[in-house]
Amino acid sequence: METIKNYFFIDLSVMLGRSMRHIFRSMDTIITVTVMPVALMLLFVYVLGGAIQTGADNYVNYLLPGILLVAIANSIGYTSFRLFTDVQRGIFERFHSMPIARSAALWGHVLTSLVSNAISVVVVILVALLMGFRSPAGVLSWLAIAGILALFTLALTWIAAIAGLSAKSVDGAIAIAYPIHFLPLISSAFVPTRSMPGPVRAFAENQPVTSIIETIRALLSNRPAGHEIWIALAWCVGIIFVAYIFAMRAYKRRA
Amino acid sequence: MENKAIRVKGLKKSYKELDVLKGVDFEVEQGSIFALLGSNGAGKTTIVKILTTLLKQDSGSVIVNGFDVSLNPGNVRQSISLTGQFAAVDEILTGRENLVMIARLRHLKDPRQVADDLLNRFDLTAAADRAVSTYSGGMRRRLDIAMSLVGKPLLIFLDEPTSGLDPEVRIEFWQIVRELADGGTTVFLTTQYLDEAEQLADRIAILHEGRIIVSGTLSDLKKLFPATKVEYIEKQPTLEEIFLAIVGKKEQK
Repeated sequence: METIKNYFFIDLSVMLGRSMRHIFRSMDTIITVTVMPVALMLLFVYVLGGAIQTGADNYVNYLLPGILLVAIANSIGYTSFRLFTDVQRGIFERFHSMPIARSAALWGHVLTSLVSNAISVVVVILVALLMGFRSPAGVLSWLAIAGILALFTLALTWIAAIAGLSAKSVDGAIAIAYPIHFLPLISSAFVPTRSMPGPVRAFAENQPVTSIIETIRALLSNRPAGHEIWIALAWCVGIIFVAYIFAMRAYKRRA
Repeated sequence: MENKAIRVKGLKKSYKELDVLKGVDFEVEQGSIFALLGSNGAGKTTIVKILTTLLKQDSGSVIVNGFDVSLNPGNVRQSISLTGQFAAVDEILTGRENLVMIARLRHLKDPRQVADDLLNRFDLTAAADRAVSTYSGGMRRRLDIAMSLVGKPLLIFLDEPTSGLDPEVRIEFWQIVRELADGGTTVFLTTQYLDEAEQLADRIAILHEGRIIVSGTLSDLKKLFPATKVEYIEKQPTLEEIFLAIVGKKEQK
């Protein structure tokens, strides 16, 4: 077993390379995780933005955190889909009957989700810069933002893993994406929550996405993030913890 | 010197209430082709999964290539490979990328060379850089087998390898299996096609209701039945023979 452990990171990098190829060869994935968020950003800034009162002088600055979360949320259905196909096609069985670390196959997908989302987040930020996004945030704030985005990605990835590993059909595997797509829409991503009617506002203010967006917004504008950052972290870590347990249970059952 | 590739004794496995394997015993000689026959749901795949370390048995001892599957699963995996019911190939990667990936996962020295050799051997060089999603059923199966041979495992498991394949591909596949065995690889085959076992296997075992009810060579099995009667009947060509004759002619033109 010792020799197998030593190869874990090599095996993981092979798995990562494989799924990254899947992403780069799928036009559909690239469009959904980068082109669509960028289009949404263009739409909100240049078409709807003039009519939205946020209190910020620059709407791109206001909008960017939400768009980043939309980009990450959009990728989740694909993670679930890739896992489902690996189980369904017997690829996991092939890997598991080979002398490689058993968890490498699953962690390969998790790592792919992190790396591919990092790429799409950078692309979206670059486009935002062209559209006039500016931030006084220092290196530490950016690192904090990267950390929170990574935690959010991990939280959604483990949820996607549950769906991908336990679904009976492709439709079931990707259905997990739909409720997740809605979270940024009913949050402070596009407009401040104070303009929303009571029950919607109550939901928007108490769901994980709003606290994450407010935290990133504060970090980007060099304001103190206050208690929002702790709520955001608690949501992410809590979801990761619970989803991980269920995903691992599904993984052991399927593989 | 150990000359048994597989030794199974008293193997039992149940899923909740359902007893799938109720004490299975068999042995497989090194370098032979062993066919496990049984109807759908007889537990053939369960046996394969236990032998390939994918599933744990409830009781009984299973020794594969000299290693106990529950005590040394790592060593077992090192020396075997599994080709499942569906060609477990990556559709989006090319044939070459699939082979290189497996070679890297087996930590071989020169993955590209290994891939090139296998592409050549399985007549896939021309299609090597095309996505597998464009391959025909036969090409997929060949790639699947090629992937199983990366790293030259001593023992290869083929779980219902020809279900869903057309007759020509099946015959081509049988040829590959014979070549493997000639090269010294032990082949463990499960099938529900009796002709397949008859064509290929050195030894045949029949799994029925959780036990091996008979096992032996084809002639051993034939001896179990009443002596042959001689009857004169007109031999009609089977549809398979007709199909192959017509298709074969077309290809020669």
